[in-house]
Amino acid sequence: MGRLVLRRLLATIPVLLLVSGGVFMLIHLTPGDPIDAMMAESVDATVKETLRRELGLDRPLYLQYVSWMGRVLQGDLGRSIRNREPVIENVGRRIRPSLQLAALAMTISLVIAVPVGVLSAARRNGPLDRAGTTFALFGICMPNFLLALLLIFLFGVTLRWLPISGYVDPLEEPWDGLRSLMLPAVTLGLALAAVVTRTLRASMLEALAEDYVRTARAKGLSESAVIRGHVLKNALIPVVTVLGLQLGTLIGGAVITEYVFALPGVGRLVVDAVFARDYPLVQGVVLLIAVGFILSNLAVDLLYGWIDPRIRPR
Amino acid sequence: MDGSTPGSGLAEGTLTRAPAARPAAAPRWRALRRAASARLAPFGVAVLLTALVAAIFAPVISPYDPLKQDLGHTLAPPSRAHLLGTDNVGRDVLARMIWGTRVSLVAGFVSVAIAMAAGGVLGLFAGYAGGRADGLVMRCMDAVLSFPPLVLALALGAVLGAGLTGVVIALGVVYTPTFARLMRGQVLSITAREYVHAARALGATGWRIAVTHVLPNALAPIVVQASLSVAFAILAEASLSFLGLGIQPPAASWGSMINAGRGYLQQAPWIAFGPGAALFLTVVGLNFVGDAVRDALDPRLLD
Repeated sequence: MGRLVLRRLLATIPVLLLVSGGVFMLIHLTPGDPIDAMMAESVDATVKETLRRELGLDRPLYLQYVSWMGRVLQGDLGRSIRNREPVIENVGRRIRPSLQLAALAMTISLVIAVPVGVLSAARRNGPLDRAGTTFALFGICMPNFLLALLLIFLFGVTLRWLPISGYVDPLEEPWDGLRSLMLPAVTLGLALAAVVTRTLRASMLEALAEDYVRTARAKGLSESAVIRGHVLKNALIPVVTVLGLQLGTLIGGAVITEYVFALPGVGRLVVDAVFARDYPLVQGVVLLIAVGFILSNLAVDLLYGWIDPRIRPR
Repeated sequence: MDGSTPGSGLAEGTLTRAPAARPAAAPRWRALRRAASARLAPFGVAVLLTALVAAIFAPVISPYDPLKQDLGHTLAPPSRAHLLGTDNVGRDVLARMIWGTRVSLVAGFVSVAIAMAAGGVLGLFAGYAGGRADGLVMRCMDAVLSFPPLVLALALGAVLGAGLTGVVIALGVVYTPTFARLMRGQVLSITAREYVHAARALGATGWRIAVTHVLPNALAPIVVQASLSVAFAILAEASLSFLGLGIQPPAASWGSMINAGRGYLQQAPWIAFGPGAALFLTVVGLNFVGDAVRDALDPRLLD
């Protein structure tokens, strides 16, 4: 297992290098001069020159990359050109709401998806199964910003049960914090629940067709004991994979959800940076998100081998 | 025998039929029939056709000028004059929705076409070249896949500039690796088959093999992937427009209309939910069509 982890880590290095190169090149993809894109035309020419020199844009490309990479490796992701704050601090301040949102969304999705998926498969083609698969289809096709607006319309505007924007830290004020995160987490969680339901239903059906299930039934176990003791455990393995695959969608969804509900998270930071044309900040945050994404995918991969020794990659 | 269906991957079936150079017409008809008989496909096709008609004939069927403001009738609820009501500056929501169809369809189809072309060429090249070139191309594809799709599209959109072109290119880049991987896999599996060995032994050039054997056989899974991707590309364009990238106001797109309606959920929910319904229905419909195409071209996936 230790060697496997090491090998997978080593295999990640070239991808990380390419990713960093891509993020570095972002700023050079702007049609025209990036400095002009970042600053209004009225800004004084000397101020523009200073920024150009500060970002190193006056030097040859490869030198720029080497010095940028050197700084990144030392943990210096540059500074926002708007508020002059280091990118790392910017992200550090905003990571907590994002993680809380993701954790709550994932919990909600499992709480919904596991029973729905299991019941769908157990009563295949029954009315419950129809309802379950329809729910899954709707969840997959529903844009999350639209779902967010529907939830706001229903629970925020019409019923007035939950706040529709703003953030309270649940670690400081548990009740108000949970309330402030509830609608965003449901928005994000429902889409995830749809995908998980679909996967779980399919893998349950597959597991139900196995010989050991027939044996378990033959020895007189009740159907629920068969499902709990034999089917569910095996059927949950693909769910882990899907949760891993959905990480990217989850992050993208978090960007939109944080935007709609005005949560001060990392996703909101990306959107704000993009619209402020604060390229150093965009670069830094996107790089951090990509690295986080790569590492969590790696973790899921390894977790997968740990859960199911049969498929441990050699 | 369905084995000769392109891309079915059933090498034995293909082999035994290989002498009959012209593929029999029957499987193709069967494929079409299967697609048509899929339960939900007709709904999907109807939605897609409606969207296409709305997009193409927008100037004819749109009841009003989508940009014309009428400050005397702002936030008017749906009525006979304005079937879906008006927005905060008195523009007709239905008219804007119809014009928005153009943006959505263009974004969905063009970005997938870009991804299909770029990914197809890259995958073909990687699969054929093998070795280091293959490694390099595929690691680059891995790198693109290392970004959460929406974040990558946002970042690219940011530097390419807001507007439909930027968004379409950004989405094209985001979807390219999927097609490259698919194409490469196809090339590797097809070039390993006996009929390609046979063609090579007969002296066919690499180019000829690529065009007459590999491409036609590799196309089916690519088409399936493309038909499923369009729905997600439309969703992605709407998400980017919602965030404010994409086509710029006052021009109408579903995503930006939904965003504009956000502030009027209480007084005028139709501003957001009209285009929202259109977007949702289109995505559902395209998904049905995509599923039907998959079932038709890839019998292995049938239950």
